Order: sequence, then C-alpha cells, then structure tokens
Amino acid sequence: MRRFSWFNATSLTLGFAFLYLPMLILVIYSFNGGRNVAIWAGFSTKWYGELFRDQAFLDAAWVTLRVGLMSSTLATILGTMAAYVIVRGGRFKGRTVMSGMLYAPIVMPEVITGLSLLLLFIAIGLDRGLVTIVLAHTTFTMCFVSVVVSSRLVTFDQSLEEAALDLGCTPWDAFKSVTLPIIAPAVVSGWLLAFTLSLDDLVLASFVSGPSSTTLPIKIFSAVRLGVSPKINALSTMMIAIVAFGVITASLINKRSVTKRLKDEQEAAAS
Amino acid sequence: MNYRRLMLIGVPYLWLLGLFLVPFIIVLKISLSDIALSIPPYAPTLDLSEGWAGLKDFFSKLDFDNFLFLKTDPLYWKAYVSSLQIAIFSTAITLLVGYPIAYGMARAPEEWRATLMMLVILPFWTSFLIRVYSWMGILGKEGFLNATLMWLGIVDEPLTILNTNTAVYIGIVYTYLPFMILPIYAALDKLDISLLEAAEDLGCTRTSAFWLVTLPLSRPGIVAGSFLVFIPVIGEFVIPSLLGGSNTLMIGKILFEEFSSNRDWPVASAVAVLLLLIVVVPIVLFQRSQERQAEAQK
Repeated sequence: MRRFSWFNATSLTLGFAFLYLPMLILVIYSFNGGRNVAIWAGFSTKWYGELFRDQAFLDAAWVTLRVGLMSSTLATILGTMAAYVIVRGGRFKGRTVMSGMLYAPIVMPEVITGLSLLLLFIAIGLDRGLVTIVLAHTTFTMCFVSVVVSSRLVTFDQSLEEAALDLGCTPWDAFKSVTLPIIAPAVVSGWLLAFTLSLDDLVLASFVSGPSSTTLPIKIFSAVRLGVSPKINALSTMMIAIVAFGVITASLINKRSVTKRLKDEQEAAAS
Repeated sequence: MNYRRLMLIGVPYLWLLGLFLVPFIIVLKISLSDIALSIPPYAPTLDLSEGWAGLKDFFSKLDFDNFLFLKTDPLYWKAYVSSLQIAIFSTAITLLVGYPIAYGMARAPEEWRATLMMLVILPFWTSFLIRVYSWMGILGKEGFLNATLMWLGIVDEPLTILNTNTAVYIGIVYTYLPFMILPIYAALDKLDISLLEAAEDLGCTRTSAFWLVTLPLSRPGIVAGSFLVFIPVIGEFVIPSLLGGSNTLMIGKILFEEFSSNRDWPVASAVAVLLLLIVVVPIVLFQRSQERQAEAQK
C-alpha cells in the first residue's frame, strides 16, 4: 500500500480514462438516432438494423470469418511445429535462418510484407481472393503463434519428455501424450491471437485481396475514409462487445479453474 | 535424420521460405527494374528459359534508377524524414504518458494489479482499426471534443484537429500506449521497495529517490517500450490515412498510394527496400539491448 499517493491515483484514473473513453463515446453514439455524429437525437437502434440489411457488410463479415478460421488453424499447426523445431530440434542446418524468418514478419512493417506477398502471387499467377488472404495471414500469424508456444516450451521440464521416451514411448507418442497436454494452453492462446490478428488485419488484406473477397476491415476502412459513419459505429460496438465478452469469459473460466485447483490441492493435503 | 524429423523441420521451413523470403527477393528485384506498360508493369522480367543469356540480359538491365529517382523527388525523402520525426516525437510523448500510468499500476494495492493489467491488455484484443476510427468522431470539426469545448465556452470556433499531424500524434499515442506501459510496469514491479527506503534513510527526498533509484532501475522497461512503439510507427499506414491530412507525409502511406493509385511497382518496391533499411537499425539495436538484458539477468 506504500506510496500509493494522490499522484498515482490521478495518473491511473486519467490514463484509463484516456484508454477507454474514446471507445465508450463510440458505443454511446452508435445508439444515436440522428445522422449527425455530434448531436444527440435520441436513443435508437436503427443503425444496427441498417447494418444487418446491408448485404455487402454481411458478405464481408462471412469472408473475414472464414479467412480467420482457416488461417489461424493453419498458423497454429505451422507455428507450433516451428516452435517445437526451434526449441527442441537441436542443431540443424538453417536453424538461424529459420528463427530469423520467424522473427522478421513480426517486426517488419506490414506494408512491406503485404507488397512482397502480392508481388509473389502475381509472379506465380495466383489469382487474388480468399486463398491469397489465407496464405498471407497464415504466414504473418504463425510467427506470433510460434513466439507464444516456444515461451511455454522453454519453461517446461524436459525430463518429463525424456521419462516418456525411457518408458517406451515413440517420439510421436511422447509428444501427443506428454508435451501436447502441457503446452495446450499456449497453443490455444496462440490460436486465439492468430484469429484476432486475422480478423483485424487491414494492410495485408488490402494488398492481397481481390474484388470478390473484401474483408470486414477493408470494408470499414473504405467506409470511414471520408468521415464518420453511424453504421460503422454500430458495427464497432458489436465488435467491442464480442471482444469484451470473450475476454471476460476467458478470465472467469481461468479464475474458476485456479480456485478449483487450489481447492483440490487443499482437499488432497487434508486427506 | 529420420522421415518424421525431416517433415517437422521441412514444412514450416519451406512455408516461410516460399511465403516470406522469396517474396522479399522479388521486391528487391523489382526495385531494380524499370517501369513498363505491360502486365506485370515492370521490365526486365527474369526469363530462365533462355538460360545463361537470359540471366545475363536480366542483370545487365538492372540499375539503381528507382533509388536515384527517390533521391531527386523531394516527396520521398521528405516522407522519410517526416516518418522518423513523427516516430521519435510520438515515442517520447507515449513515454511521458505511459510512465506515470505504469508507475501508478506498480504502486497500486496488490489485489488490483491483475485487473489493471487486464485493462491495459484488453485494448490489444479490440480492433486496431476501430480504435483509430473512434478518434475520428471525437476530433472532427463537429466532433465530440469541439462540441464539448464550445459548450463549455472555452473556444468559440471549432478547432481543426482532425486531418492534421496533431491528430496523428494522438492516434499513435492512444493505440501504442499499452506497448509502452507493459514493459515499464514489468520493470517497476520487480523493483525492490527496500532500495527506496534505504535511499530515503540516507537522506534522499522522495523526488530525488525517484530520479536516483527508480528511474535508472526502470531503464530496461523504458528502452524496450520505446523500441516497441518506435519500430511499428515508422511504417504506420492506418493512422496517417485516417487521422492525418494531405500534408501528413508518412512513408507507409506513400508506399501504399504509389502502389495502388500510381501503379508504379518498381518505385513502390524501392520505397519498401529503403523503408526496410531504415527499420533494420532500430530492430538490431532493440535485439542487442534485449540480449544484453537477458545476459544481465543470468
């Protein structure tokens, strides 16, 4: 409790107000009946209705969802493999190149990644569409998955794996029944991260998408380029609500499982 | 090396090779080509069917014209300078805003900290685009901020903030703030309070104890946070496009426009190569400082 002064309280309050007020204002104004963004014209949900009647938005949402599911699943498989190879694979030719390639897309400006992928797709004659977006997102997000998974792999006790091998497991069995259950939480968070990044991506998708495969961020970007749109406010509010719901549910489940484990441990100790 | 191990290494390796390294080499190559009115709109293209002669022909036609062009057109170097300038200033502002928040979090009662952490991370999961967009409704001429200021009687005329560099700075500080707060918080959280007590026992005031003890010990967090903001901001595209004006020059935006509106692929590729060269320096410095940090902790 020491040193929690008025100064700290003020900076926390102002800081969190700065982080959350803009989104709060956006949410409130999504229920504004008027077209003008600053003038409150009564509570209304009409923009939500208009949003759901706009086929272009629904199509874009469907494209985004499919791309997200496909690319995050592929990225999780590839990223976990890559993390396993880097952390457990020992020495092999090109290990440095591989860890460099896994690190680079994270820090490289997305405009460069987008441009280079597009030029590749054109060079090999692959038509721009759903497939190219999935390929681009998989490449970009697998690097994040591999970071998340390898940080878990580094901390866990390798002797568990060795014990399984000593007891007659094949390497694959050892991975399946020992390693995978232990790293599973990291794999799941990696998947969630990849999925979120894919849903959110504008830059890569702008480069590699075709006319028939507009994603939601592209649609939002072109709608708000020239100014605020009440329909986008409604859409943003729904997206914020989904994220908030997801994060709060996840943290509640997490808390519950921690309490349960503590209780189990207490009971085990008591008996 | 058995079959399974080969698969395990080979699949992600080939994926990254094909979809990261090869595309990058293509960018390098096109940046050295000339613009042409064809599909694809650049020449020469590498024609391996002609064998050695084709390869020789290809290399003889490569030149640095596009890079020289970037040098002669003031738009490009102005954009580079202004990207760096915006990145440096916005990193400094983010640090000034983020440090007190991280400090307050580290000094908050123990039972609050997990919740505060979650509140800092939560915006990460929310769409970046939406967070930038939310400021358009606030900063616009008829936006929330101007409406409030006029209602309070502070200003008579609406302020022009949207579509200026000020709006770009606000957008950057807002979206990248968590990147600054988290590493600084991590550094401050580890700080041993008894060091501060010792400093005060030895006659430091609270303020001088902060400057002499807390600030130097949180340096790793400050360094990491600053790089985490600086590096992505240089190539930023969404924020200058939505919040910036026509005179906001940022290289990410120029690259995108060069590519999509002007369809000048060779110049766009040259811009990309130079952007990468600019970004590589801070990335290498960041990695070095992280490694030194890891060494020091051992």
